[in-house]
Amino acid sequence: MIGYFARKLGTYVLAFFLGATIDWGIPRLMPGNPVQIYVAKFQLQSPGAWEALNKLFTKAFGLNVPVWKQYLNFWNGVIHWNFGVSYTQFPEPVSHVIFSAVPYTLALLVPAITLSYVLGNRVGAMAARRKALDNTILPVGYFFQAMPYAWLALAMAFFLGAYYRWFPIGGAYAQGMVPNASWSFVWSLISHWFLPFMTVFLVSFGGWAIGMRNLVIYELETDYSRYLRSLGASERLVRRYAYRNAVLPQLSGLALQLGVVIGGNIVTEVVFNYPGLGNLIFKAISGEDYFLLQGIFLFIIVGVCIANFLIDIIYVLVDPRTRLSMQGAQA
Amino acid sequence: MTLEVDKLQISYRTLRGDVRAVDGVSFAVDDGEIMGLAGESGCGKSTLGNSLVYLEGRMKHAGGTVRLDGEVLPISDQRAMGRYRLKRVSIIPQYAMSALNPTRKVGRMTAELLKSRGVRYDSVEEELKRRIDLVGLPQGVLGMYPFELSGGMRQRATMVISTLLDPSLLVADEVTSALDVSTQRAVGEMLMEFRDERFVKTIIVITHDLSILAQVADTITVMYAGKLVEKAPAATVVGEPLHPYTQALLASLPEVGVRYEDAPLAGIPGRPPSLLHPPAGCRFGARCPFAFEKCSQDPPFMELRPGHEVACWKAVRDIGGTSVLAEADQPGTEGPAGPGAGSEVPAVPRPGAQLASPTSAVSPGPGEWTGQGTGQP
Ligand SMILES: Nc1ncnc2c1ncn2[C@@H]1O[C@H](COP(=O)(O)OP(=O)(O)O)[C@@H](O)[C@H]1O
Ligand code: SF4
Ligand SMILES: [Mg+2]
Repeated sequence: MIGYFARKLGTYVLAFFLGATIDWGIPRLMPGNPVQIYVAKFQLQSPGAWEALNKLFTKAFGLNVPVWKQYLNFWNGVIHWNFGVSYTQFPEPVSHVIFSAVPYTLALLVPAITLSYVLGNRVGAMAARRKALDNTILPVGYFFQAMPYAWLALAMAFFLGAYYRWFPIGGAYAQGMVPNASWSFVWSLISHWFLPFMTVFLVSFGGWAIGMRNLVIYELETDYSRYLRSLGASERLVRRYAYRNAVLPQLSGLALQLGVVIGGNIVTEVVFNYPGLGNLIFKAISGEDYFLLQGIFLFIIVGVCIANFLIDIIYVLVDPRTRLSMQGAQA
Repeated sequence: MTLEVDKLQISYRTLRGDVRAVDGVSFAVDDGEIMGLAGESGCGKSTLGNSLVYLEGRMKHAGGTVRLDGEVLPISDQRAMGRYRLKRVSIIPQYAMSALNPTRKVGRMTAELLKSRGVRYDSVEEELKRRIDLVGLPQGVLGMYPFELSGGMRQRATMVISTLLDPSLLVADEVTSALDVSTQRAVGEMLMEFRDERFVKTIIVITHDLSILAQVADTITVMYAGKLVEKAPAATVVGEPLHPYTQALLASLPEVGVRYEDAPLAGIPGRPPSLLHPPAGCRFGARCPFAFEKCSQDPPFMELRPGHEVACWKAVRDIGGTSVLAEADQPGTEGPAGPGAGSEVPAVPRPGAQLASPTSAVSPGPGEWTGQGTGQP
């Protein structure tokens, strides 16, 4: 058991290491010199002043040393939770900028992922047994599942936001409002949150419902289901077993889907100008703020690794077969 | 009679039409009797056995009745049938090795199954443990997951679960097929013990392997293309078969270690006919070396000797002496085979027919027969 998790942990550490390295390398391959762009903003006339500023910023961003040293410095920074300073929000440290955006992203992602998973599985399992539900839920599920996040987000923003004006769009709360503990502020938060949340929720929900419906139908045809029925077991028991066994592949699917959902969340935040990490990525790319970009991606990599590790643990708890294979590996 | 099946018809609904897998089958099984049901793959044995317990989605009850302990079984009514299952009728399915839910411990699954049938687990726990011992499983299996057990252990666990509530009828479908010869015999003995201990009143043992039936079964019924072709006490079927198909089955018994299904019937070319559009007349006609004009009519399944039922015009002709013989009205009977014509069926092989006479193919004595079947030298 311990050996199994140690190996898994090793895999994730390796994945994190590779991911972080790619994360460090990619911004450096992007076209354009961010320092020059940044300095150009000062619209300096004197070449001497330009030169001095350029040097100052190159040093401040740690770009005055050879690339291998930059790489080592990067890891040193990671260890000390120091990702440098943001260009676009100079002189804010990247970690501050990220942490102020993280709550918004989590507020979208965590409910969207858990609710779509739980409800999608339930509804999919119900669709597997009720024809009427199957004929309605299934097409709707396919529709949303096949929807690119950006389209659904735009459609939501256009119809429910701009056209019917049911929900406000843009930002996390009404412009000009100062965060406070009043009901009107909370209401503003919720109404701004609803559409981006629904976008991410609906796309995932469709996928889970369809997957679960197919898996439950498959499980209901398996030998153990036939045997239970042959012995007169209640339909409830047969369904319960089928549901439980169908959830297992869904759980591994959840680990695989995390990346996709996070990607969709980024797009959705951009469409709704919702101040989470996705929106921040958008700003960092347009501002060539590559320390910020690096920091955000690193944060996402860590998040995905941790989430996958948690799913691994849950999987072992719910599927006895993995426990046995672990014993086999130890022996 | 514990079980009486009368003109039972079961078909599968398919896109191309109804497949009549069981086509007007009648037989009875006595209290305490183990009936063997034999025939090539695809003859409808499993369909017949399943229909007595659980009619699956695509199966249709097209006619006939089934009585158990004198009571008509509502085989096409899932809800009504649910009450009989496990308590009155039960099955060890053909897929017994994969019949247990892989993510539930055997004991817990059993408890949950019993609970859903309104039976308290503690009320049968002691008996369950006794039977676990009886089939040679360690008590620990109840606390194990199915994938922790070998295939044979899973099958025995399934045998115990299926018979736990002492049903009147047990259908055991191909319980010996995937096993090696010595395990086959052990499983056969377990079935007999289940009957002797009165866990079950009657057992239908389905197999494509006649040699195992010679040891286990009291009577043997042979099925071909959805119909019964011969039924008699086991020793009679094995020693003095009357139907050419039974004779061919016996003649083609494999050498030890060769799986029956893998080898086509020795001496009889061809395959069983499609049950989507079965041929008129005798269904074995196309492969039968003895076929003659009369065989274009459907041969009736009837008692030609006491306790020996056969559906074959040639047998009617050879046994003779009944009113049916006159009805049969066929020319050129060769050999006046009287009612007591002895064990040798005077077969009249036509030129080119390679069907061996049963007595030359197998040893006449059932005892030696069994020996051959189980691989004893
Ligand atoms: N689910 C099914 N759908 C259609 N036809 C089937 C189905 N199952 C079996 N059959 C047909 O019914 C016939 C009898 O099958 P089965 O009862 O399994 O034979 P056996 O057990 O003797 O090998 C076969 O011809 C087979 O093709
Ligand atoms: S009825 Fe005719 S064709 Fe059929 S088995 Fe008998 S002899 Fe052969
Ligand atoms: Mg079968």
